[in-house]
Amino acid sequence: MNRATLILLQALVGFAFLLIWHLLTTVPVFDGKPLFAPFFFSTPLDVLARTWKDFASGEIWRHLGITLLETVLAFVIGAAGGIVVGFAFARRELLAAVFDPYVKAANALPRVVLAPIFALWFGLGIWSKVALGFTLVFFIVFFNVYQGVKEVSPTVLANARMLGMNERQLLRHVYWPAALTWMFSSLHTSVGFALVGSVVGEYLGSAAGLGYKIHEAESVFDVTGVFSGMLILALFVIVIDTCVTFIENRLLVWRPDTAAKTA
Amino acid sequence: MSQGSVSVSPPPHPAAFAVQAAAPAAPAAVALRDLAITFALKTGETHRAVEAIDLAVAPGEFVAIVGPTGCGKSTLLNVTAGLLTPSAGTVRIQGDSLSGLNAKAGYLFQADALMPWKTAIDNVAVALEPQGVKRGEALQLAQDWLSRVGLKNFAQRYPHMLSGGQRKRVALAQMLIRDPQILLMDEPFGPLDAQTRQIMGNLLLDLWAANKKAVLFVTHDLEEAIALSDRVVVMSAGPAARIVGDFTITLPRPRDIAEIRTDAAFHAIHKAIWACLRVEVQKTYAQGGEASDHE
Repeated sequence: MNRATLILLQALVGFAFLLIWHLLTTVPVFDGKPLFAPFFFSTPLDVLARTWKDFASGEIWRHLGITLLETVLAFVIGAAGGIVVGFAFARRELLAAVFDPYVKAANALPRVVLAPIFALWFGLGIWSKVALGFTLVFFIVFFNVYQGVKEVSPTVLANARMLGMNERQLLRHVYWPAALTWMFSSLHTSVGFALVGSVVGEYLGSAAGLGYKIHEAESVFDVTGVFSGMLILALFVIVIDTCVTFIENRLLVWRPDTAAKTA
Repeated sequence: MSQGSVSVSPPPHPAAFAVQAAAPAAPAAVALRDLAITFALKTGETHRAVEAIDLAVAPGEFVAIVGPTGCGKSTLLNVTAGLLTPSAGTVRIQGDSLSGLNAKAGYLFQADALMPWKTAIDNVAVALEPQGVKRGEALQLAQDWLSRVGLKNFAQRYPHMLSGGQRKRVALAQMLIRDPQILLMDEPFGPLDAQTRQIMGNLLLDLWAANKKAVLFVTHDLEEAIALSDRVVVMSAGPAARIVGDFTITLPRPRDIAEIRTDAAFHAIHKAIWACLRVEVQKTYAQGGEASDHE
């Protein structure tokens, strides 16, 4: 199937969905009322109009900016922490063995239960959301870097040592690139989780951000607002994911059949 | 081609051979004496890989080691490289006892050993970093070496974009750019197809002839061993493998690997060495030795 046909079919699915939604919520069936009350289900035109209004008035940009800032901070800090600890654990057997049960326990914890505690510790500003995102990103990056350093090819390592490399040079030319490979291969997941952390954190208590917008609309039964927020969130995710794919393709150019698949 | 001769000397026992080999004027590039290597297995038992190994390689000499699967050929190489510590015996490199990694040796591995995240030229240039060569200069030298191994226009390719033979060429350049005094090669052309092996063999001989280093070349291919080397050392079947034959190859150089195989002298040598090697190969098969490869 060629690309144009595929895109056409994809668009058709979206259009059909919107059409059914529109018909169910606007065409009077009995008693002059549609099958689905717009109060509960809104209508696609209303949602689009609201979204357009939010963008046109410029009000949404502030919320998007805050969510983006939280996502980026959560990702950067979480990835940095995951890399450092992953490296340390992979290079020091004892450390990994001692902390193993605690790492497993911490990772098993559903992060949402931490949100109220973070709100208590870091307040209702961005940092409680960054902290929540951090706990999600950290473990993904940590496990990948740990695996990456552990699974460096013994031949590549022996070869590098035979070339006379010292510990520092091995770190720079062998361990570090190997670890980064694994980290980048999980880039989609970790960036996604950074965003989840931010939005869930905002939803549970904040004064700005996309999660806040959705929560605000929900608390006044403004279904149109909720759907509009979800639509913006979806668009936001697509944009971020496209950026990640672009970065990934640039960084992993040396890999056979590049990681564009790891969606 | 002209006649070559073979001095057949499967020694009565290895010690006699050692006396014979250990009298070069300059200190031997590599001298293994009374070497034994034992591995601890996970089951708690120990596995004696090789024992009573005496082997000397003169400077500029090309020595091939052949032997049945699992006889510990690669183990010997790893000990000479300093990647493994022998359980008993001594390793002397240019007269000095070896401790730690062998800084005077270059190692060509059987498996892919290039850093997959570096381009061909970066893989070669990085070999000079431990010696403190500036990056600009290292890149120039690396480009020079890539030309010498016939990869002038492949400098910016990553290993996965190169064929198996091309990757070996890069690895060869990476090893040789450091100008090591001793070259250790562990079935380096094993994964390549027959034609590529011949081309690589000739390339290796050309590079070696231009700047003669002591070479220890492990292979399971007897023809390859004879065609390349000055001496072929035969190891017995493992465990506790020993050296059971040491043959000097006097075929004239320069040689062409493909042509030399049709030479009458080549066949005489091959016949003599195979008589020695065949016994060991059969022993290995009898033990079901293919399955327990400790190399």
